[in-house]
Amino acid sequence: MVTSLVVSRLSPGRVGAVINRNVGALRSGPSYWIVLLSGFFEPLLYLLSIGVGVGALIGELTVDGRTMSYASFVAPAMLAVSAMSGALAETTFNFFFKMKYMKTFEAVLATPVRPVEVAVGELVWAIVRGSVYTAIFLVVMVTMGLTEAGWAVAAFPATVLVGLAFGGLGMAVSTLMRGWQDFDLMNTGQFALFLFSGTFSPVRDYPVGVEVLIQVTPLYHAVELVRGLCMGAPGWGTLGHALYLTVLAVAGVWFASRRLERALCA
Amino acid sequence: MADQPLIVARGLVKRFGDFTAVDGIDLEVARGEAFGFLGPNGAGKSSTMRMIGCVSVPTAGELRILGMDAVRDGPRIRARLGVCPQLDNLDPDLTVRENLVTYARYFGLSRAESRRRADELLDFVQLSDRANGKVEPLSGGMKRRLTIARAMVNEPDLVLLDEPTTGLDPQARHLLWERLFRLKQQGVTLVLTTHYMDEAEQLCDRLVVMDGGRIVAEGSPRSLIETYSTAEVVELRFPDGLEGIAGHAAALAGVGKRVDPLPDRVLVYVDDGDAALAEVQRRGLAPSSVLVRRSTLEDVFLHLTGRTLVD
Repeated sequence: MVTSLVVSRLSPGRVGAVINRNVGALRSGPSYWIVLLSGFFEPLLYLLSIGVGVGALIGELTVDGRTMSYASFVAPAMLAVSAMSGALAETTFNFFFKMKYMKTFEAVLATPVRPVEVAVGELVWAIVRGSVYTAIFLVVMVTMGLTEAGWAVAAFPATVLVGLAFGGLGMAVSTLMRGWQDFDLMNTGQFALFLFSGTFSPVRDYPVGVEVLIQVTPLYHAVELVRGLCMGAPGWGTLGHALYLTVLAVAGVWFASRRLERALCA
Repeated sequence: MADQPLIVARGLVKRFGDFTAVDGIDLEVARGEAFGFLGPNGAGKSSTMRMIGCVSVPTAGELRILGMDAVRDGPRIRARLGVCPQLDNLDPDLTVRENLVTYARYFGLSRAESRRRADELLDFVQLSDRANGKVEPLSGGMKRRLTIARAMVNEPDLVLLDEPTTGLDPQARHLLWERLFRLKQQGVTLVLTTHYMDEAEQLCDRLVVMDGGRIVAEGSPRSLIETYSTAEVVELRFPDGLEGIAGHAAALAGVGKRVDPLPDRVLVYVDDGDAALAEVQRRGLAPSSVLVRRSTLEDVFLHLTGRTLVD
């Protein structure tokens, strides 16, 4: 109840100022540009090497009665992954560093800005970053003939939602991190999601137990949502995936701002 | 309204689990005053400052700042505060100037106004020539000046400084004191913590000494010296070194108001140093060195908080 009260009094100006800090970092020199740029390439390289390269060996694939090239099966998954990694890079590594080592948030919270405004501002920035990645990625997909322009436009807001969900999750996880060693743990988790969430092979090919386990994890829903739209075949399931991601985003921000308040306003 | 105290605390308590950091303090700070918290490490100074800064919620008691409630009106109060924390938390990702511009935006200032103030403040703290450089290469004194400039970016009514000159060299300290004195002359209320007695004497109109979470003394530096110490202190060293101290101290009984034997010397607290020295000679004591000096806040501080090391 207290939290909903706080959220209802969010000041757009103060959230904007939190976002502005990251724009200030871009204005302050090349280092942050390099971080942003490098984050874009990983999913693109996977698309080219596995989607196109390995895809040439595999040929066509039939999932749920639809036949497609292996590259067009993998491409939407890499799109979802790029939304995920853009948002996660910002809300885990950068967020944790600002919170724990740079004491950035400590300085910010001495001003009228509240913890929840820090959380929302950082999340919006993470999504801006992720969305730049996915927009470029969608252009690449259309250019390569892996989706149609109209469906690419429809898939874009879905990637924003994916960014929101992983941004919220990442921030929540960051507030639980004890130190850098926990990041190795997280990277392993993130890599497992990347490999098994229906990204490179349909989850229906897995044993039932594994399939159910995967269906609980977030990247699976992100991939299915984005793939449905890129293929031009959204259904009721699409809505379900969107709902899952929305809940994750809200829960993540709520949890993170509470933890932030407890950590920095004791 | 103008005569209302800027800060009013009544029975203020801060607990962390079983540990009581601030144990029921009362205080008032008037507008335009320079007010100091003095005390050893762990006395509760920083916890009190964090509550006044409205980032830490009091466990009990009442705290009103600028006429508003510290718990309910946090953002509105913080909008009118300037905070200079104990450890610099400048943003290393940003340039010197961008540190100020970005910070001004948290107070809802427009970009143009933020830039104008940033340039003005960089000039005030003599960092204009470093404006476009990063924070990391700055010296400790420069960083501290930048932090103080950042605290001024919203033209605050009240500036909180937690150990503003700890770790700085004498030149940097004096420059900082001079800037803080100017702020005070402009009518800014300063609240600071320190364990440098010279800093407290230089900057504070009034101060409290804290120990173990409580206020143990309060007053102007002068009045604290008058109340808790004597006008002068005679420091005596003896040729037999460390063994005879207790005996010498006993022989000095009654020479002054108080005799304080230290491992290497005896301090005698007196109103008239020369008269006391005459008495020392009359008693036939032969110190190897004699120093008569004015009482300082340090004497008050050590008298009130003891000589035991606190960590």
